[in-house]
Amino acid sequence: MSDLLTPAEWTAIGLSLRVAVWAVAASLPLGIAAGWLLARRNFPGKLLVDGLIHLPMVLPPVAVGYILLLLLGRNGPLGAFLHDAFGITVAFTWKGAAVASAVVAFPLMVRAIRQAVAAADQGLEAAARTLGAGPARVFFTITLPLAAPGILTGTLLAFARSLSEFGATITFVSNIPGETRTLPLALYTQIQTPGAEWPAARLAVVSVVIALAALAGSELLSRHLTRKLHG
Amino acid sequence: MLDVSVRKSFTGVTIDAAFTADAPGITALFGRSGAGKSSVIAMIAGLLRPDTGHVTAEGATLFDAARRTEMPPERRRVGLVFQDGRLFPHLSVRRNLRYGMDRLPPGDRRVGFDHVVALLGLESLLDRRPGALSGGEKQRVAMGRALLASPRLLLMDEPLAALDAERKAEVMPFIRRLAGELEIPILYVSHATDEILALADRLVLMDDGRSVAAGPVEDLMSRLDLRPLTGRFAAGAVVRATVAVPRSDDGLTGLDFAGGRLWVPAVDQPAGRAVRLRIHARDVALALTPPADTSVQNIFPATVAEIAEAEDGQVDVRLDAGCPLWARVTRRAVHTLGLEPGRSVHAMIKSVAVARREIADHA
Repeated sequence: MSDLLTPAEWTAIGLSLRVAVWAVAASLPLGIAAGWLLARRNFPGKLLVDGLIHLPMVLPPVAVGYILLLLLGRNGPLGAFLHDAFGITVAFTWKGAAVASAVVAFPLMVRAIRQAVAAADQGLEAAARTLGAGPARVFFTITLPLAAPGILTGTLLAFARSLSEFGATITFVSNIPGETRTLPLALYTQIQTPGAEWPAARLAVVSVVIALAALAGSELLSRHLTRKLHG
Repeated sequence: MLDVSVRKSFTGVTIDAAFTADAPGITALFGRSGAGKSSVIAMIAGLLRPDTGHVTAEGATLFDAARRTEMPPERRRVGLVFQDGRLFPHLSVRRNLRYGMDRLPPGDRRVGFDHVVALLGLESLLDRRPGALSGGEKQRVAMGRALLASPRLLLMDEPLAALDAERKAEVMPFIRRLAGELEIPILYVSHATDEILALADRLVLMDDGRSVAAGPVEDLMSRLDLRPLTGRFAAGAVVRATVAVPRSDDGLTGLDFAGGRLWVPAVDQPAGRAVRLRIHARDVALALTPPADTSVQNIFPATVAEIAEAEDGQVDVRLDAGCPLWARVTRRAVHTLGLEPGRSVHAMIKSVAVARREIADHA
């Protein structure tokens, strides 16, 4: 099995998965909070918040990467703060790749969660309140379980988007083997190399397999959850 | 005791309701759809904020606009059974039942899990999911869930409205059983007359957002000025009785009420059981002297109390036969018999006219 791909290719796959898992795991709580806020609350500036969240979806990924570089680069306002205060460097590291993926995938995640929360029956939440549950308990025991299938869909969409992230990543953290060269970047590198058609094709197939597995896994889990919810 | 006085303006309608409800027994909030019943319930439960007024229950102030007190719904301890049950679909029946109970300090638990499960016949349902229950089962679970949160007050918002007649008949005995056991006020919202007849002890009439009258069911039903609101009962009297003869040799049941013994088609109730029945005005005929040689089994002496116009040359006559009865006769009959308040008459009620479904067990 390990003979099928070169060590560098395995590294790229491992890195891609690590970046995508971190991107999704770190942004999920924020995504749930944002989805809930947009679905259930009206506040001044809601349109602006909504727009900002969706911006990475319509902006060219290269522009997203460049903005991230300006903000989080070692000399950027946020990057300098992170470096000085916590000794964290994100520019040109895999952590930066995770940040880029998270930002680009965030709108997809929030959209799905927002829809799921909006669809959760508020009548059930009212019933839970009359049974003595405060807002926090209602959220964790009623809203969240009811929205679980949608949250899962959003998470896997974001995961798949993270795996395929290219433009923002290469702009923000460059294409460093073993550090930021994820699967799409490795594929791009092979395409740029004369005579590497076969390795490029192999990586393309790997990308398809991983994407299909993620989508199938999402569908199965979502079905299972929905059945559990309404069985 | 529940004491409600709330006012809230919506575009087009103003809710303005003031009434009290006491334990034991069921107080029914009765009125057509759109009369504001459900809004009043939501305000008591804390799901809707009144503009002004107050709500107190068992000595606790749940809302008081003057004192700027507003308890959030989760602290009110007001049980609410919704029309659509609202069971949590992702939890088993057992966990639905325990939802309100589990976070309650043990000292505040007034009812035991096993007791409620037995009372509502839920034993065989505990491990099922709400999606696998019938409509009637769902409502029984919803009642159990509300009760297990040990409320100071139980609100039921048309809990049977979504059920067909058969399911309704299946659930009603459980509600009666609750009313007999609980020492908390029960406020029951309905616009269905059969439910009122079978379940309610007291009535609060609502019309166009306002509470217009309150009192015992039998009293309000015999009040002429309320006829436009109670009209859906079809003109008639609601009478309390007890079963004296469960079943005669010839297939009748004898019921004792304030006016004497009433024979009706056999009902399945044991001797001594309290029942309530509806006697329609159009099924009651009048005579000045006790008629002889008649097929009518029920003849009671009575006094004319009041004469009211009905429609199309017909007249409703309110009688005092120990309790109020109504007779609908023609205007011509009023003239030929010389009916007027104070006149002694004999009221005749055909046994077969008393429909079995209008005799409700009212233990």
